[in-house]
Amino acid sequence: MSSRDTILSRLRNRSGGELSEPHCDFTVLQRPSSSQAARVDQFQKTIEPVHGEVHRCTRESWIAQLVDLLASRGARSLLVPSEHQIGRALRDCGRDDLPHMLVYDEPIESWQAHLFNEVDAAITSTRGGIAETGTLILWPTPDEPRLMSLVPPIHIAVLEASEIYTTFHEAMLAQNWASGMPTNALLVSGPSKTADIEQTLAYGVHGPKELIILVIE
Amino acid sequence: MADPIKVYPAKPSHVYFYATCLIDMFYPDAGMAGIQLLEREGIKVSFPKDQTCCGQPAYTSGYHDEARAVAKAQLDLFPEDWPIVVPSGSCGGMIRKHYPGLFKNTDQEAQAAGIAARTWELTDFLLNACHIKLEDLGAPTTIAMHTSCSARREMGVAEVGPKLLGQLQNVNLVEQVRAEECCGFGGTFAVRHPEISGAMVSEKVDTLTNTGAEAFVTTDCGCLMNIAGYAEKNQKPLTGQHILSFLWQRTSAGNGDKS
Amino acid sequence: MSQTTAQDPHHIDVKEFHSRARAAIADPKIRQNFRKAMDGLMVKRQDAFEGWDLEALRDLGANIRLRALANLPDLLEALETKLTANGIRVHWAIDSDEACRIVRDICIARDAKTVIKGKSMVSEEMELNHYLKDQGIEALESDLGEYIVQLAGETPSHIIMPAIHKNTAEISELLHEKTGTDLSNDVEYLTAAARLQLREKFMNADVGVSGVNFAVAETGTLCLVENEGNGRMTTTVPPCHIAVTGIEKVVGNLEDVAPLLALLTRSATGQHITTYFNMISSPRKPNELDGPEEVHLVLVDNGRSSIYQDDELLDTLRCIRCGACMNHCPVYTRVGGHAYGTTYPGPIGKILMPHLIGLDEGQHLPTASSLCGACGEVCPVKIPIPDLLVRLRQESVDGDKLNPAKVRGHGAKRNALEALVWKGWSWMHARPGVYRFGTAVAARLRNLQPGRLGGWTKYRTAPKLAAKTLHERMKERGQ
Repeated sequence: MSSRDTILSRLRNRSGGELSEPHCDFTVLQRPSSSQAARVDQFQKTIEPVHGEVHRCTRESWIAQLVDLLASRGARSLLVPSEHQIGRALRDCGRDDLPHMLVYDEPIESWQAHLFNEVDAAITSTRGGIAETGTLILWPTPDEPRLMSLVPPIHIAVLEASEIYTTFHEAMLAQNWASGMPTNALLVSGPSKTADIEQTLAYGVHGPKELIILVIE
Repeated sequence: MADPIKVYPAKPSHVYFYATCLIDMFYPDAGMAGIQLLEREGIKVSFPKDQTCCGQPAYTSGYHDEARAVAKAQLDLFPEDWPIVVPSGSCGGMIRKHYPGLFKNTDQEAQAAGIAARTWELTDFLLNACHIKLEDLGAPTTIAMHTSCSARREMGVAEVGPKLLGQLQNVNLVEQVRAEECCGFGGTFAVRHPEISGAMVSEKVDTLTNTGAEAFVTTDCGCLMNIAGYAEKNQKPLTGQHILSFLWQRTSAGNGDKS
Repeated sequence: MSQTTAQDPHHIDVKEFHSRARAAIADPKIRQNFRKAMDGLMVKRQDAFEGWDLEALRDLGANIRLRALANLPDLLEALETKLTANGIRVHWAIDSDEACRIVRDICIARDAKTVIKGKSMVSEEMELNHYLKDQGIEALESDLGEYIVQLAGETPSHIIMPAIHKNTAEISELLHEKTGTDLSNDVEYLTAAARLQLREKFMNADVGVSGVNFAVAETGTLCLVENEGNGRMTTTVPPCHIAVTGIEKVVGNLEDVAPLLALLTRSATGQHITTYFNMISSPRKPNELDGPEEVHLVLVDNGRSSIYQDDELLDTLRCIRCGACMNHCPVYTRVGGHAYGTTYPGPIGKILMPHLIGLDEGQHLPTASSLCGACGEVCPVKIPIPDLLVRLRQESVDGDKLNPAKVRGHGAKRNALEALVWKGWSWMHARPGVYRFGTAVAARLRNLQPGRLGGWTKYRTAPKLAAKTLHERMKERGQ
């Protein structure tokens, strides 16, 4: 018998007999409804203590704010989505004070060293946010691949204020995640960090050192 | 685990007093104090003379056959439907929480469950069933309290001791850091793992003495023996008492009977 | 010998618990490192649950785990079906050896020479690094704590914070000695140095090995909880990702993950959520530009299906590996993780390891507890850990004829003398007349009581028998 069949048969024929299924009451996860402004406030209040840097913008102002943020960090290169509106807007905005922009349009194998060593910042869209935990929802796509939000030292995420949910539970139900998950789905709540050395927090241990969130209100 | 919701009985006219073997042999004053506090509340106290031990030492050591034999000898001691009060969270917890499992699938299953359901830790019973009101007759003093882990977590009475002591107007109760941490007694644990237990009790004594109090009270004689024994051996300025002894001393005029 | 001294982690005799515990207690650095860390973690956990109906949340967590266990074989099959449809290959391992062989065979088929690892306690249980090394495959840990522990030639001393037994100065010396970094007490500097060293490794690794926190049957999703991003690197950069996990980690629905995640991170480190929650449901699809082309899941039994047979022991499998039980354990805080000599230390280790290594090997583990109940009180899925400790104590001495012992290696701790003592104790206490007579005589002879009582009087004075028992005093009262 294969290990698979051995294991399954031991589980199916358990000597204690069949187990009963307890009822699971999810109401403890429910939250009173709140306004969009309250959710943005809560999101900001929760992510800032874990070094998520929040900038509240409008659809008109975000590029100018981004230019200032990148300039203040001396970023020389910025990875942008090729198809998503964010990438288009940046390429079409006509500003000459943005860092050199590049797109992730070929498989990682052909430019891994460049991505790891040369790219200062990346900007991605998000699929929403979670106010209670100060969390971004990312579903990487061929247009915005997985490593975009992981490898460059600065990750800038654009978050629509209207897409901030109160809880993770609410978000996954509202977006019907159970009907089909992507290759990779992520919750991101701050820049990469560790406390493995004597409980002392240090940022950027493997992923981005900085997470900048542009909330579009 | 403590009961999610406790339903206290109305103040009864009669209770059974289950003393525990440690009180019987080492701290009978604490037992007498408990009995006198109950009697002062107008409750008749019945002391079943055939009581010995709840069986816990064997139970927690894994010798369940032996524990069951001893526990079985206790089951017939409580024929009337009166509450059973125990001046210990640990022994009370044994009866209330572990007797049902110990007698599961035996002829005594229903009897054990019935006894478990009417077993109460005594301070909890005094406060929440008898609604005792204490009048402090003693001189001003400062004390600390250690609630045993079983009183705290099995019987869910962590609030009770401080509330009772809070009724004593001349008593200043101070709280040690990490008040909820075990003192290191743990029955046979203290003997099987003396160094670990010793490390635990030494820190417990340090945190208690750091409060500035020179005396502490506790719900359980195991903790009392452990903490006071460590303090005595290591000449730390800390003495201990069972909380029942302390409550009785503070509230009884004369104290003539040395209880 | 100091606990921080490297000993070959693969030849630890679990039965030597006492001597390791004694050594740890005598080491002020160990005592201080753990006390400080555990004190901080306890406060953080408490703060993180502020505003929650914690009991209701724990009930939900417990019920989700119990529901998953009630349907375990069905869920595992559903998980396999869904993962396979998603393109993830599923393997089953009856024990650690088979699990190691599966990983090796995948590596060999890909001609892989280097493996980069994300944090995985199951791979520690498998001693995978050791095994792969013997097969000529380098396995490098990438979680900073695991990396430190691996450089030191040790094993983790905590399931969430592997290097918690070391302070900054010790880690600085270790990194200096092994990797040539400058000596520094600047944690940022040390972390940045490790980042540089490990980025190189990520780029060149042939295979990434990770654990799994929850495997969702409904969607065929592997969920990983982490802060550093090394887990994402491990599961995204190398061309092949192998996830290893215990068979109990499966849950039914994606929805189940929300409360378990809320409980896990708050219980573990007091975080509302970790930096990353990584959900993987497929290898790289044809139009995608990164991610591994191959993803495997190895489902490891290694004793779990035996635990599953018994209604009471089954509760052990609820565990979501948060480590809160060790953070709150007064014994763990005193002796540290290495004293146990087991993959999983602390309370969860005491109730889990006897099943993995046999109760004969692990016979001291269940005794190393004062049964204070702090572990059960904080367990996010309400595992009755103290009750399980008592159950294993009973099994280790074959102490219950009504409920015969079941765990492998049961009865190994039973010895004739101890059994006789308890029999005598039981005989006396089941006979009220004998008991009253015996205790009254002892009270009369109390001045002859020995002043030394083994381990007890090493630290304390001997308890003093009262001049009269309560029984006698009540008799005098006419009762």
